[in-house]
Amino acid sequence: MTRNVEFESQSFVLLRLGERRFALSAGQIAELVAPSRIFRFPHRTPKIEGVILRRGRIVPVCDVAEQLIGESLTARRFYLIAVRHYAQQTEWVALPVTGECELINSEMTEAGDSDAPYVSGWISHNGEIIEVLNTDALTPGPSGESLLGSERATVEARQ
Amino acid sequence: MRLAAPPKHRPVRSEQIILFRVSGQLFAVSSASVQEVRSVDSLAGAAAEIASPVLKKVKHIVRRGDKSLYVVNGAMHFGLPLTPGALVFILRRTRTALLIDGIDKMSAMTMLQALPQAFCHEERQWYRGLTALDQTVVPVVNPEGFLTTEELALLDASMPPPEILSDATEEGTELPQ
Repeated sequence: MTRNVEFESQSFVLLRLGERRFALSAGQIAELVAPSRIFRFPHRTPKIEGVILRRGRIVPVCDVAEQLIGESLTARRFYLIAVRHYAQQTEWVALPVTGECELINSEMTEAGDSDAPYVSGWISHNGEIIEVLNTDALTPGPSGESLLGSERATVEARQ
Repeated sequence: MRLAAPPKHRPVRSEQIILFRVSGQLFAVSSASVQEVRSVDSLAGAAAEIASPVLKKVKHIVRRGDKSLYVVNGAMHFGLPLTPGALVFILRRTRTALLIDGIDKMSAMTMLQALPQAFCHEERQWYRGLTALDQTVVPVVNPEGFLTTEELALLDASMPPPEILSDATEEGTELPQ
């Protein structure tokens, strides 16, 4: 029996971290903003640099570069403000990126078991295979909530 | 584009706060939580050094009537570089006296935003939330967050009997400068 697999084209935002590009579902992006002052205060959560003020909201800044490319960012051009799901609510989290961001349409192949938890899937763009990130698994949150969040945030490729 | 749900702003009409510094870092505390502000020198006679500190951040105890207050070094608590503490906040309804550098000013906050959930470690106990004042974000400390129940039990267990402590505090020792 032949099984037809139908993929649906979806919107993604391509972001650059160093030499590598990654993608986020456009539905997970709130906005792209120029870097602004980071307010720092003592805390114990790795990857969180501090917070920025944006539209009256206090938004945590999370440098995910070390996890994704093995080194922290020395320069940053924008903050990509992404929506992060928690058990009871959603919040914004600012992800520093080093280059221009681009909105594209593509079809996503779902991630497999061997992919890192922060990979929702894969897209192909201009001959490049790009990981689609899952911010819920990539950014810190209360333990036990990230899986629930990641299920919600996963972009579906219908079968 | 999809907007996240609005952040949780606890309904605060206007709350008087004290802006203070520990190791140069600005914090806020509700003025209602501060029973007294004392200089380190003025507490010298009432403070006793803990002979074998079980917590690095607590090296002194202050006897206040029938109860003992543990002097928490703010810089050590927050993991900041050590600076000479000059003032002590006696925190209401706690057994904590907080050693700080100094007070910046009194102010009023009209918005207290819950700490974003991305912050998911001890800081959730340390802070009631964050507030924006004069285009600056200031963490608002939780007076009960300086010593956990476990830490208090540990400190209590390590203390000598009250009568010995009373004798010691009568003589008094100086708080660290």
